[in-house]
Amino acid sequence: MDLFPLWNSLRIAAISAVLVFFLGIAAAYWSSRAPRLVKGLLDVVLTLPLVLPPTVVGYLLILLLGPNQALGALLFRLFGARLLMRWWSAVFAVSVVIFPLMYRTARGAFESFDEDLAAAGRTLGLSERYIFWRIRLPACRQGILAGVVLSFARALGEYGATSMVVGFIPGRTATVATQVAFLWQNDSAPGARQSLLIWVLINLTISAAVLITVNLLEKRGGSRGTAR
Amino acid sequence: MALRVEIEKRLGDFQLRVRFDTERALLALLGASGSGKSVTLRCVAGLMTPDRGRIVLNGRTLYDSEKKINLPPQQRRVGYLFQSCALIPQRSVLQNVELGFHAHPRRQRRALALAQLERFRLEKLADALPRTLSGGERQRCALARTLAAEPEALLLDEPFSALDDYLKWQLELELARTLEDYGGDAILVTHSRDEVCRLAKSVCILNGGRSEPLRSAAEMMTAPGSLAAALLSGCKNLSPVTVQGDGSLLCTDWGWRLPALPVPAGLSHVGIRAHSLRPGPGPLSLNCSLDRAIDNVFSCILMLRTPGGALLRAEWDKTSRIPPVGAPLTVHVAREEILLLTGGEAHD
Repeated sequence: MDLFPLWNSLRIAAISAVLVFFLGIAAAYWSSRAPRLVKGLLDVVLTLPLVLPPTVVGYLLILLLGPNQALGALLFRLFGARLLMRWWSAVFAVSVVIFPLMYRTARGAFESFDEDLAAAGRTLGLSERYIFWRIRLPACRQGILAGVVLSFARALGEYGATSMVVGFIPGRTATVATQVAFLWQNDSAPGARQSLLIWVLINLTISAAVLITVNLLEKRGGSRGTAR
Repeated sequence: MALRVEIEKRLGDFQLRVRFDTERALLALLGASGSGKSVTLRCVAGLMTPDRGRIVLNGRTLYDSEKKINLPPQQRRVGYLFQSCALIPQRSVLQNVELGFHAHPRRQRRALALAQLERFRLEKLADALPRTLSGGERQRCALARTLAAEPEALLLDEPFSALDDYLKWQLELELARTLEDYGGDAILVTHSRDEVCRLAKSVCILNGGRSEPLRSAAEMMTAPGSLAAALLSGCKNLSPVTVQGDGSLLCTDWGWRLPALPVPAGLSHVGIRAHSLRPGPGPLSLNCSLDRAIDNVFSCILMLRTPGGALLRAEWDKTSRIPPVGAPLTVHVAREEILLLTGGEAHD
């Protein structure tokens, strides 16, 4: 059996999670310190992908990045690369869809941070960079970690936006989610039902593993506070 | 060694206008909650920026709105002891104290921090996390960390407010000793007149965002000058006063006519401390009736119904003879113990 969809899903999810880790933290930090009006507006815009149907997100990405569109055409001329229908094109789609998860959990963590800690660091003469990376982030680590795992898990299962942006090319753009859809649509093909069953089992295993990881992290996070 | 502060800041409807000067001593900033004490400290530390004014520490300008100087907190050398202690929760006591030595070379920090822990009797807790410490230990750790950075001025934000009485006293003794060794300028924010009297040389009273001129702690008790200061210094009996045609003072709440006294401009209230009201007739006496007698720990509190209708509070020895409730009772006050006060709100 060809395991390419699994490998493809994992790399897309990993790259997207890393990307969204930095973008989400930056956006969360920025909006948690923004004036109330800006914050409200930012919140709506940045959370929109969470409630939009993924197919709409996919369609908007096609409108933005398609070769006949302004941005897509410009990038095509600059780099000579098509932005859609490559395996890594799914990173755009997945990142947009999972961004709100990271953003919202990280923002919650930042907002519950005790600002006295940062103030104390400043009066002790610690640099702003040290305070952010060595005091603020570690103190918010539990919320941020939860955001990373959740967004990674969601990234693995993303279907709607991915299928719009990269379609389904076996061995090129197929992911776990699009593979399952493909097999179900073509279940009269020889061996399709068995493959479908195996993919379902793989999905269940991965999902369970992620949830167990989250639980372990939460437990360890709870006791780590006292142990370290 | 001197700290000069002269700042204004507007926060919504609240206008802060503070001005004081302190030299090599502990200055108390006394005010009710919401009077701008913490905002003042934050402005001095550089955690907040005033709208206007100047802050000079030992000849170094930390902030000057005219010269457009505003040093970041990192460069001010102003230590801040937070009410919450602000210890980094995921770091041990030793690691927290090491932060105070971050200006030293990396390999020296541990040894310096260990020596500092010993000085503050925290060496046994070096590896403990802040959340496992008692309130007193937490504060010692925060103080050790703050002083490790060798600040030129030390700001103490209500350091005793979250502690129980016994611990408070222990810490107060420790803090007094530490401050003697420290030798720099320090500002203690508090709402307790007892702490002011015991710890501070001078006091700056903050009233609704305005600072009153500095005075000694003793002076605050004998001549508070303003209604706000009298309240903060713990004066229990206050009455509005009107100057009569013959110069005598009528305390309207009590119906008590006091003889002519040299009154300050803007006189609005008279204050008499509970222990200044003594039993028996005298040159300045008032006939009341006993409304209630309450046993306090070491004294007896008497609530007296005055001819004016309001209650006066007197505090007497437990050995004094207390008449039955409802019985007539005459009290007197010494002329020099009458506090003449200028108005609270209108005061400027």
